[in-house]
Amino acid sequence: MLFRSLIRTLSSPRSYLVKYNCLGTSFSNYRQIVPLSTTKPALKDEKVKVSFVLHDGKRIEAEGKIGDSLLDVVVNNDLNIEGFGACEGTLTCSTCHVILKKDDYERLPGEVTDEERDMLDLAYGLTDYSRLGCQIELSKDLDGLEVKVPETINDARS
Amino acid sequence: MGIKHLKVVARMLSTGQNNPRVCIVGAGAAGFYAAMHLTKNMANVNVDLLEKLPVPFGLVRYGVAPDHPEVKNVINQFTKVAQHPNVNYYGNVALGKDVSLHQLRQHYHAVLLTYGAEEDRILGIENEDAKNVVAARNFVGWYNGLPSDKDLKVDLSNSTAAILGQGNVALDVARILLSPIDELRKTDITEYALQTLAESKIKELYLIGRRGPLQVAFTIKELREQLKLKNCSTIWRENDFKGVEETIPNLARPRKRLTELMIKSFKEDHKKQEDDLNQKYFMPIFFRSPNKFLVNENQVLTGIELKCNRLVGDKLEDQKCVPTGEMEVLKCGLAFRSIGYRSTPVDRDLIFTPYGTVANDKGCVTVDNSSHLAKVYVAGWLGTGPVGVILHTMGNAFHVAKTVCEDLKNENCLDNRGGFEEVRKTISPGNNEIVDWKGWEKIDKHEVDQGKSKGKPREKICSVKEMLEIAL
Repeated sequence: MLFRSLIRTLSSPRSYLVKYNCLGTSFSNYRQIVPLSTTKPALKDEKVKVSFVLHDGKRIEAEGKIGDSLLDVVVNNDLNIEGFGACEGTLTCSTCHVILKKDDYERLPGEVTDEERDMLDLAYGLTDYSRLGCQIELSKDLDGLEVKVPETINDARS
Repeated sequence: MGIKHLKVVARMLSTGQNNPRVCIVGAGAAGFYAAMHLTKNMANVNVDLLEKLPVPFGLVRYGVAPDHPEVKNVINQFTKVAQHPNVNYYGNVALGKDVSLHQLRQHYHAVLLTYGAEEDRILGIENEDAKNVVAARNFVGWYNGLPSDKDLKVDLSNSTAAILGQGNVALDVARILLSPIDELRKTDITEYALQTLAESKIKELYLIGRRGPLQVAFTIKELREQLKLKNCSTIWRENDFKGVEETIPNLARPRKRLTELMIKSFKEDHKKQEDDLNQKYFMPIFFRSPNKFLVNENQVLTGIELKCNRLVGDKLEDQKCVPTGEMEVLKCGLAFRSIGYRSTPVDRDLIFTPYGTVANDKGCVTVDNSSHLAKVYVAGWLGTGPVGVILHTMGNAFHVAKTVCEDLKNENCLDNRGGFEEVRKTISPGNNEIVDWKGWEKIDKHEVDQGKSKGKPREKICSVKEMLEIAL
């Protein structure tokens, strides 16, 4: 089971990106380089629960590893969120747009980069608490995180 | 393959119901996103993707700039769609040439047109056909290896060029012309374009818009990239920014951030350094409309006569420009027209709007609705006009595909339709050169192999004939 999920993670497009683009920090790849006996064995397999609430109210619950991005969670669990992550986490689209609760948004570490804001500017239904899923890294603190996935359809496009 | 055939047999044995057959014409972003939605939401649907070229992905392959490989990652999602057991790809089949819309409507339950907008809009001014007046569309096709544009003659021997238009295509063209050549060598730009660009003499590039900084059509990512280009300074005109900063607090977020970035760059006040031979200059000009192209006795471009404009109207983004009566002459040896695209009416049954799109109501095309003919739908730029990034095309394609699904589910009993096997019989025997997905995979592999020796992600094959030789 563990082996299967490892294979799936390694063969996902995301891990390609991590290898060649230095943009992500997926824990599974870290494990590839570092011997399995790390100093923090307890952390290694700790899972974080997240849920995605789609625009039609449908709720998808999934688990990710610490260090995974929300996009990793969608890809690794093959979640049925249409069109999510078109550019595979390279900050060149906004298809992984998610909306957080105010408190969650504010407790996320780090600044939102200009490049992420640039892509968010193109997203439908942009809010003050919008982020790109590929840029949100899971930590223990975020266990139980719930994000909204807004509709990608907008008839009043300019 | 075996599984696929078994599935077909199983389907035929299990029920008397006919599975819905959908034909999608045009294998670009809109076509693939629509196919994605259909296969995810209708288990028994059969989707045939028809494409005029032997190769798939439309503007993702031939429009997206070579230095934006990340944007092309979406090809991985599209490839999964194409490999879905209920999806078939048929390349080198052109609507209006090999098949008619009427035929498709006979053999499918729904026909979705997603063949995009392939013509560029013209200005309709004097000397537009002069030598060195180039459609940005063709230039983009040229550096990206589009078969119909591969022989374009591009003359980069003059030091000054101008782009008419201020959208993302205009900025793509600017970036390709101003980027250090070594940056481009790592991309999948065609080898002949690389050679021509390596010898380019262009030092100054104008970007001309008829309205002001508050109405530009390009997006912030593209501008940021342009401003960060190595060995390139951006020089704005001071008069163009009068009163612009004051409006910033009243702007909505995307426009606000874009305007702030322009103001920031404007205040940095780059000056021309005549002694620096490596330095190039990007020079946006606002409030100017081309009046006519100026030519010499050999009909070669020497400059552009520009009409000066001012804006009228209350709402910033809807402001219209009116000429002030003044004129300005801009000397340049090369001009790119980048003012938008329009679709072509490839089939006589299609009704077009004056804007160059297929007349439609939320993706439903109004053609004669005899009950035995399939309904016709349109998605992507063919229906919406050439606006927005891939995300917008995705949203539109999902939306229209949803309507297709609902309509098909509401049909009580679908009659038996032959799909592509029937259509194939009507294609003239001269054209048996239909490329399936396996054929594309051969081309893909060949291109990637060819690229390897040059340190590029791929070297595109630019001739249809050669594509067919590899695929078949």
